[in-house]
Amino acid sequence: MNSDRRFYRPLAALVALAVPLGAALAEEPSPPGHAHEEPSIARQDWSFNGVFGKFDRAQVQRGYQVYSTVCANCHSMRLLSYRNLGEQGGPEFSPKAVEILASKAQVTDGPNEKGEMFTRPARPSDRFRSPFANDQLARISNGGALPPDLSVMAKARPGGPDYIYALLTGYREAPADLKLTQGMHHNAAFPGRQIAMPPPLVDGVVGYTDGTKKTVENYAKDVSAYLMWAAEPKLEERHMLGARIMIFLAAFAVVMFLAKRAVWSRVH
Amino acid sequence: MAHPSTYVPTSSFGKWIDARLPIPRLVYDQFGVFPMPRNLNYLWTFGGILTFMLVAQIATGVVLAMHYVPTAEGAFDSVEKIMRDVNWGWLLRYSHAVGASLFFLAAYIHTLRGLYYGSYKAPREVLWILGVLILLLMVATAFMGYSLVWGQMSFWAVTVITNLFSSLDSVIPGLGTRLVEWIWGGFAVGGPTLNRLYALHYLLPFVIAGVVMLHIWALHIPGSNNPAGIEVKSSRDIVTFHPYYTMKDGFALVLFIALFAGLVFYAPNLLGHSDNYIPANPLVTPPHIVPEWYFLPFYAILRAIPSKLFGVVALIASIGILFFVPWLDTSKVRSTRYRPIYRWFFWAFVITCCVLGYLGSQPPDGWYLILGRIFTFYYFAFFLVAMPVLGWIEKPRELPESIADSLRKGSKKTQVKKAKPLEAVR
Amino acid sequence: MADTIQDTMKSPGEEDEPTRRDVILVAAAGFAAVGAAAALWPLLDQMNPDQSALSLATTDVDLSHIEVGQAITVMWRGKPIFIRRRADDEIAAAKSVPVDDLPDPLARNANLPDNAPASDENRAGKDREPWLVMIGICTHLGCIPKGQSVGDNKGEFGGWFCPCHGSQYDTAGRVRVGPAPQNMAIPPYAFLSDTKIKIG
Repeated sequence: MNSDRRFYRPLAALVALAVPLGAALAEEPSPPGHAHEEPSIARQDWSFNGVFGKFDRAQVQRGYQVYSTVCANCHSMRLLSYRNLGEQGGPEFSPKAVEILASKAQVTDGPNEKGEMFTRPARPSDRFRSPFANDQLARISNGGALPPDLSVMAKARPGGPDYIYALLTGYREAPADLKLTQGMHHNAAFPGRQIAMPPPLVDGVVGYTDGTKKTVENYAKDVSAYLMWAAEPKLEERHMLGARIMIFLAAFAVVMFLAKRAVWSRVH
Repeated sequence: MAHPSTYVPTSSFGKWIDARLPIPRLVYDQFGVFPMPRNLNYLWTFGGILTFMLVAQIATGVVLAMHYVPTAEGAFDSVEKIMRDVNWGWLLRYSHAVGASLFFLAAYIHTLRGLYYGSYKAPREVLWILGVLILLLMVATAFMGYSLVWGQMSFWAVTVITNLFSSLDSVIPGLGTRLVEWIWGGFAVGGPTLNRLYALHYLLPFVIAGVVMLHIWALHIPGSNNPAGIEVKSSRDIVTFHPYYTMKDGFALVLFIALFAGLVFYAPNLLGHSDNYIPANPLVTPPHIVPEWYFLPFYAILRAIPSKLFGVVALIASIGILFFVPWLDTSKVRSTRYRPIYRWFFWAFVITCCVLGYLGSQPPDGWYLILGRIFTFYYFAFFLVAMPVLGWIEKPRELPESIADSLRKGSKKTQVKKAKPLEAVR
Repeated sequence: MADTIQDTMKSPGEEDEPTRRDVILVAAAGFAAVGAAAALWPLLDQMNPDQSALSLATTDVDLSHIEVGQAITVMWRGKPIFIRRRADDEIAAAKSVPVDDLPDPLARNANLPDNAPASDENRAGKDREPWLVMIGICTHLGCIPKGQSVGDNKGEFGGWFCPCHGSQYDTAGRVRVGPAPQNMAIPPYAFLSDTKIKIG
C-alpha cells in the first residue's frame, strides 16, 4: 500500500483544523473557559492581532501617556524599566526622550554612606516607580482594595486587551435590581459587575498632542494597546522570527517529503 | 531479534574505538541496519518525535535553569526577567511551555497507537510497562514544572493536588496530614515546597531518559510491532531502519516541529491559563482551579467520585490500570484492524478521553458532573470489561498471510522483491 | 541483507554518479544542518549578559566629604572603584616620572583614546588634578590592592600595593614594580559638579 496516500487525508485534516484555529486564536491570551456567570467581552480590532500583527508606535506612546498620567497614581508596573520605552518593538521613544520620561519620576535609592535611603530622579536603567512603597500602604490609600500591578495584566485576564478596554469603557449606572455595596461601582465587564476602582477616565483628562481626540474610548484603546506591549514586549520580534521559521519549515517539509519518497521508491 | 552484528569498521580509528567502546557498532546495529516491518504507518513516527521532544525539553530546561530563581519571592519575577531581558529568553520559555503540551500530545497518540495495534501483547509486555512508567514520570515532571512559575494556578494546583494525600486520614488518622506536611516542608505550600519541586523537576527528566533507554532496549529484543499485528516472516516483510525510517521519522518530525513553531510564535499562551500570569497569592483562591489540558481527563475522573479518598484512588487507578492491559486483553489477535467489534469500543474509549477532558475544564456540577460519572464509568469498563470479554467472544477477521501480502492487497503499485528464506534475515 | 549502510542506499543496477536522489538527500541534510545551527544559537547566546546587565548602570558619587589625602571605595558594575583626593606632594611625585620609564606607558583611560600616554594629566580627573578615579583591581590576576585606608601598606611609590604577588602602583595608579602588566584602568566617568561625579 502506498503509505503516502493514507497520509494525505489525515494531513489535510490537520492543516484544515490548524490553520483556522491558529488564525482565529492568534494572540488570544487564554482559551475561552468557564463563560457562565461572567460577562462576555466584545472583540476589538488591534494592530497587533493576527500573524503579521505589530504595535502602532503612536498608539503605544499615547497609551504610556495615559498610564503615567492617570493609572500610575495607583497601579505599579514593577516589571518594566524606563529603558524598555526606548527598545525596539514598543513605543520606541528616542534615547533623549527616555531619559526625560525617566527623570520625571523620583525613585528611592540607597543606603548612602550615612546609611540613609534617599530619593533621586529615575534613570533609564531603573524600574518604573511604584506609587506605593508596599501593598499595605496601597490598600490604605484605596479603601482597602489593592490596585493590581499592570505589568502582565493584558495576559492575566481572559480576553486580554479586549477585556481591559471593555472594563475601562464599561462603567454604567447600576440597574435597579443590583444592590451596590458601599464604595463599589457598577461595571458591565467586571466579573460580579461591582468593582472597587472608580471610573479612572473622563474625556480630556490626558492631553494628547498628536491630534487624536481626547475621548474615554481613545484613552481606553490606547492604554490597552500599551498594556499589551508591556505584557508582551517581544511580540513583534516573535512574529517576524516566526514568519521566517515557518517559511523555512515549509520548505524543509517539502524537501523531506521528496527525500522520503525518493528513498521509499525502491521498495514501492 | 538477537542476531550477530555485521558491522565492519573501515578506518583504523574505527577499529580502535570498536575494540574499546563499540558505540559506532551499537548505532549501526540498532539504528542503521536494524530490521523493521515495511508496513509501518505514520503513527509509528511518534517514538522518534518523543525522543526529540525529551531532548528539546532538557535543552531548553537547562538553559532556563541558569536564570530561574526558585524562591517564593523571586520565582514569578525571574520568569518575567527571562521573558524580557535574557537573550532569546522569551523563545526559550515559550518553547519549554509549549513543548510540554506537545510532549503529551505525542505521548497520548503514541500510547493510543499501542492500544489500537496490540503492541502491548506478548512478547512486548515489559516494553508497554516501561512506557506507562515513562508516562507516569512525565505526569510528575509536568506537574512540578508548571508549579515553578508560581502564578495563581501554579500555587493552587500544588495546594489542591498535595492536599489529596490528606484523604489518607480516613484510613489511618493523622497519617495523611503528616504526609502532606512532609511534602510541603511546612504547614502550607510555600518556599520550601517550591524549592524541592524545582530540584525534583530538574532530576526527573534524566530518570525519564534512562527509562527511555530501557524502553528502546526492550523494543529491540522482539523488534517493532506493525499495523497488521502479525510477525515478520521473511525478508520480504522488512526494510532497514536507515534510510527508510530515518527519513520517514525525519519528515514526520519536521511536520511536528512546524506545529510546535506555529504555537510558539503565533499562539504561545493558547494552551495555558491566564490566571497563571497573576502572582501566587496564598490568601486568594481563583474561582476555577483547572490543570493544564493534558491533565483534564484525570481531573474529571477525580471529581466524578463523591468520596475524597476514592476519588484519589480512581485518579491513581486511571493511569495504574494501564500497567495491567497486557493481561486484561484476552484477544489472540493483536491489531484492532482485524477486530471489527472491539474497534467500536476502542473509538468509544478515545471519545471518552476527549469528553472527560472537556468536562475537566468545567465546574463539577449539574450535567457536567452527571456526564463525568458516566464517562468515568466507561473509562474503567473499557479496561475491566470490554478488553477481557471481547477477547473471548469476538470472532476476528481473517489475518493476512504475511506483512508483504497485506501490503500487496491494498495497492496495485506495490512490487514485492523475491523472498529470501527466514534464516538469511539478519 | 546488505553488508553496509551504503549498500542499502542503492538499488540494483544503480550507478555511482550523483542522481536526483542524491541531490534531494543532500538538500535534506543541508536543511537539517541549518535548522540545527539556528536552534543551537539561542541556547548559547542566552548565557551572554542580559539586557538589564547591558543597560549601562551608572553610579553617582558625592565627593564633598573626602578630605585631601583621603580615599574612598565605591562599587560600579560589581567592581570596586578607588577614588583618591591626592595631596600636592602625591601629585608632584606622579608628575615627576618620565612616561618612558614606566612599565606600562599607556593611560588605560576609558575617557581618552587607547594610545594616550600615561602622563599624570591623562590619569587624573580632567582639569581636576587632585582627583584619581580608577577601577581598583590589580591587572595581574584580579586581587584588590591595598592603599585605600590610612593604615594600609601603600608600597614604595606611595600609591597602592597588591598583597597577592607584590605589584606596586604609584600615586597615579600606574604599575611600577611587580608582575602586573598594566596600569589600573580608569572607568568612563564625568564630573557633574565640583563635588559630584557620575561613573558609567
